[in-house]
Amino acid sequence: MYPFSYTKVSNTREAVNAGRNGGRYIAGGTTLVDLMRETVEHPETLVDISDLPLREVRVTERGGLRIGALVSMAETAVHSKVRTLFPVISQALELSASAQLRNMATIGGNIMQRTRCTYFRDVSAACNKREPGSGCAALQGVNRTHAILGTSDDCVATHPSDVAVAFAALEAQVHLLGPDGERHVPFADFLLRPGSTPQREQALRRGELITAVEIPALPRPLKSGYLKVRDRQSYEFALTSAAVALHVRGGVIRNAYVAAGGVGTVPWKLPAVEEALVGERPSDRLWAEAAGRAAGGARPLQHNRFKVELLQRTVERQLRTVGDSK
Amino acid sequence: MSPQPQAAVGAPLSRVDGRLKVTGQAKYAAEHDIKGAVHAVIVDASIGRGRITSIDAGDAEKHPGVLRVIHHRNAPKLPYRDNPGSNNPPGGRRLRVFQDDKVLFHGQPVAVVVATTLEAAQHGASLVQVEYDAEQSSTDLAEAEPGEPTNYARGDAQAGLRDAAVRLDLTYQLARNHHNPMEPHATLARWDGNKLTVWDKTQWVMGTHDELAAVFDLPADAVRVINPFVGGGFGSGLRCWPHTTVAALAARETKRPVKLVLSRRQMYFGTGFRPAYAYRLRLGSDRRGRLTAAIHGIDAETSSYETFTEAIMGAGQMTYSMPNVSQAYRQVPLDVNTPIWMRGPGFATASFAIESAMDELAHKLGIDPIELRRRNEPDEDESSNLPFSTRRLRECYTVGAREFGWHRRSSRPRSRREGDWLIGMGMAASVYDPGRFPAEARARLDADGTAVVETATSDMGPGTYTSQTQVAADALGLTMRTVTFRLGDSLYPQTGPHGGSATMASVGSAVVDACDKVRRQAVKLAVEDRDSPLYGVDAGDVVVRGGRLHVKGNPARGETYQRLLARNDRSHLEARGSYAGPPTPARRSYHAYGAAFAEVAVDATLGLVRVRRMLGVYDAGRIISPKLADSQAIGGIVGGIGGALLEHTVTDHRDGRIVNANLADYLVPVNADVPEVRAIYLDGEDNDGNELGVKGLGEVVQVGVAAALANAVFNATGRRVRELPITAEALL
Repeated sequence: MYPFSYTKVSNTREAVNAGRNGGRYIAGGTTLVDLMRETVEHPETLVDISDLPLREVRVTERGGLRIGALVSMAETAVHSKVRTLFPVISQALELSASAQLRNMATIGGNIMQRTRCTYFRDVSAACNKREPGSGCAALQGVNRTHAILGTSDDCVATHPSDVAVAFAALEAQVHLLGPDGERHVPFADFLLRPGSTPQREQALRRGELITAVEIPALPRPLKSGYLKVRDRQSYEFALTSAAVALHVRGGVIRNAYVAAGGVGTVPWKLPAVEEALVGERPSDRLWAEAAGRAAGGARPLQHNRFKVELLQRTVERQLRTVGDSK
Repeated sequence: MSPQPQAAVGAPLSRVDGRLKVTGQAKYAAEHDIKGAVHAVIVDASIGRGRITSIDAGDAEKHPGVLRVIHHRNAPKLPYRDNPGSNNPPGGRRLRVFQDDKVLFHGQPVAVVVATTLEAAQHGASLVQVEYDAEQSSTDLAEAEPGEPTNYARGDAQAGLRDAAVRLDLTYQLARNHHNPMEPHATLARWDGNKLTVWDKTQWVMGTHDELAAVFDLPADAVRVINPFVGGGFGSGLRCWPHTTVAALAARETKRPVKLVLSRRQMYFGTGFRPAYAYRLRLGSDRRGRLTAAIHGIDAETSSYETFTEAIMGAGQMTYSMPNVSQAYRQVPLDVNTPIWMRGPGFATASFAIESAMDELAHKLGIDPIELRRRNEPDEDESSNLPFSTRRLRECYTVGAREFGWHRRSSRPRSRREGDWLIGMGMAASVYDPGRFPAEARARLDADGTAVVETATSDMGPGTYTSQTQVAADALGLTMRTVTFRLGDSLYPQTGPHGGSATMASVGSAVVDACDKVRRQAVKLAVEDRDSPLYGVDAGDVVVRGGRLHVKGNPARGETYQRLLARNDRSHLEARGSYAGPPTPARRSYHAYGAAFAEVAVDATLGLVRVRRMLGVYDAGRIISPKLADSQAIGGIVGGIGGALLEHTVTDHRDGRIVNANLADYLVPVNADVPEVRAIYLDGEDNDGNELGVKGLGEVVQVGVAAALANAVFNATGRRVRELPITAEALL
């Protein structure tokens, strides 16, 4: 671990000032501390934001849900509004990490977490994300867990978060506070595909702080759920996952929100699947047909070809699970 | 069997060291508080093969707290005396730390940074700049050239196979596995003049002792190894690894006690592993399932500098009756570090191939898998023509089938479905060849009526402290509370390695011998003492219970150890006991047996395998400590689940890098993966060469688990997976 300085801030103004001067925000620390120990990250200054008043979950005036950036994963998952309005969020969180980590890790930190690509985390390996221009060891290396969607020749690493897949599906907004004031960014634009600059992972400006994630008001009733496919039954990142939310009225799907995890360099929204569902009546045939569009544009690698098929099956299963539920 | 009443042996007692462990007072290797200790962190090679061309330690040496950076350019030459013991493989040349510029595998220690704090040592290690001249490394078992085979043959296997009515030709692939004990390997080394003391995570106190004496060319009495507690091992502690030498070297060079703890990542190349295998098995039988021939082609990983071998051939020679067997076992030298035995060594690997193939044969012939095994049960050990000491595999099948509900299994695959899940059952036979080695122990009975028993064995988790206390307590006629069992110090009487399911039979026999001798001394003292109520009684008629000697069948006539010793003015009675090892030449074939049963659910579309139930039925001789035995069995079965479904050390063959050298990416089972697990032990004992009647349990419990699971997956899905671990992509 490289030497660093540590300061704790008590209000958002202080935080943003410290961030503007190059400080790295730290809350639960469940990702950043690991990466510092592995010397993947060596920030000079850590700015502890855990005392900031960003711990509230509330229903917005418009009927959406605003989750403060410092609400822990565990608190978010059990929050009654989250559970009743968006079970997909609770499920995604509860299928993540371990109970200990969910108690420490925050929502803001969760969507900021960095890839589990083992070459990224091994400082003796080539990695454009960690060391721009050094190459991508995963491209021709061991890449079973890597992305098949949104990849580039410079990076094929997946975004590891589960709840971010739910946020992507539900078209959340990320609220930011920076030196120039507040703004909010659609989730789809917040996490960046690698392109030729895989080291740039979020659409954050210098010093910007995530203050909340807001789920917009969506038509009700909304049935939703999350499916995570992985080798081990707990405490593992997804091989594939699917977040599905459906608004069905009069026996017809009026709105569909679908995204996949474990397969994309960012949480992968599936508009083609959504389009195939909207206006249709639920049926096994519809689920299969819609899910058949999930892997469009996939670029599999040597060891992850199976993900193309597994992704479609995962989406189909979760469409059926959510679609057939009461 | 001892004439003594058996009060402790056979009782389901809790661990005598349980309180120490759960309250954090049990001290593991890195936890010993040695005054003035400084910290060492190893710098690992970042190439898979080649030469070091330069080492720049300037930045590291300038870092505050760093005391020394030691590498091949400044390290003293170490004697590295030959030491064919200590589990160093015969032939080859063990890795010599910092003695030259050669890099033999990715992760090899190339330097060590010693600093006053762990943080400074860690950061210092990241500042050492090493330049290499890298060569292409070879780490792929499938691509490399094997060495000369070790062969076995009986009958004419080629002809037997050619003439067989039914033939199978199957190749099984098993991934490399790492032990991943919870406690990392660690060494604390201190020199007092020319005397070296190390606190080390080892399963073999004397092995580490002898190796350090050899490496530094020290007389035996100049080295002491201490390890009262071992936080899991599964075999990883059966050799003295290079980092132990590094710690001792660093301590000598800095003249400070040095603590060196391997990181989890370093555990993947700093200690050994269960090698990857390619196992081709050709099997012939008649129409009724009687085996006629088997040809085993077995290729396994080893390092470029040592030839590691394990008991991979035994199972194929003696599990089933057949006239014709040939085996060729080849080591494939690769640019990797040297493997080491891992739980159920050899047998766990071979059983996956053999027991899967038996299941394939049963299916092909339309015979129940248990019935097929019964038809091939041998009358004697056909590899040695010796009678079996005990072999109750048939009973294991019978009890297992009954308790598991085997009759509910459909022989037709894919015939049971629950929603998205296909359900299947499978089973496999388990065989292990337990070790037995010479061992010594010392017992001392004090005037206060308590006893201390000492021996230089280890307790990596099976509960040696507890089970040996049970054995000693009964032999001495004392309660558990009044006996203290000590282990983990090379100053104690010597024993062999704590592994190979050998400890209970070997160390236990020495403990019984020492305790019997002490008890007999006391009895003799009493029956010859005119003032003793036992005066004149035949010594053979005296038993001891609860610290009181009395006439068998007449508890009223007797006295306590305390009174006896006080009256005779004896501060203590003491004796050394020993166990000479198994009879040579062997008179009987001595093996532990079992049958593993598994029920799995497989998600038909997502390819996920979920274990639903597991049962093991064991013919393991006498069970000294039923509660510990259950822990062993559950642990072994969980290990088997890991090897079958999850565990896989993945190497990037481009440069020999292990890409999942951490517990997030190397998957071991978590609680959610482990369903109902049950173990049953057949009553009885096996007195071939040990009076305790035990056969050893720790290894056999992992053998057969992977095959039982793979066979259950076949029964569920109709898909035969011959590669471990079984992952989703194999079942899509």
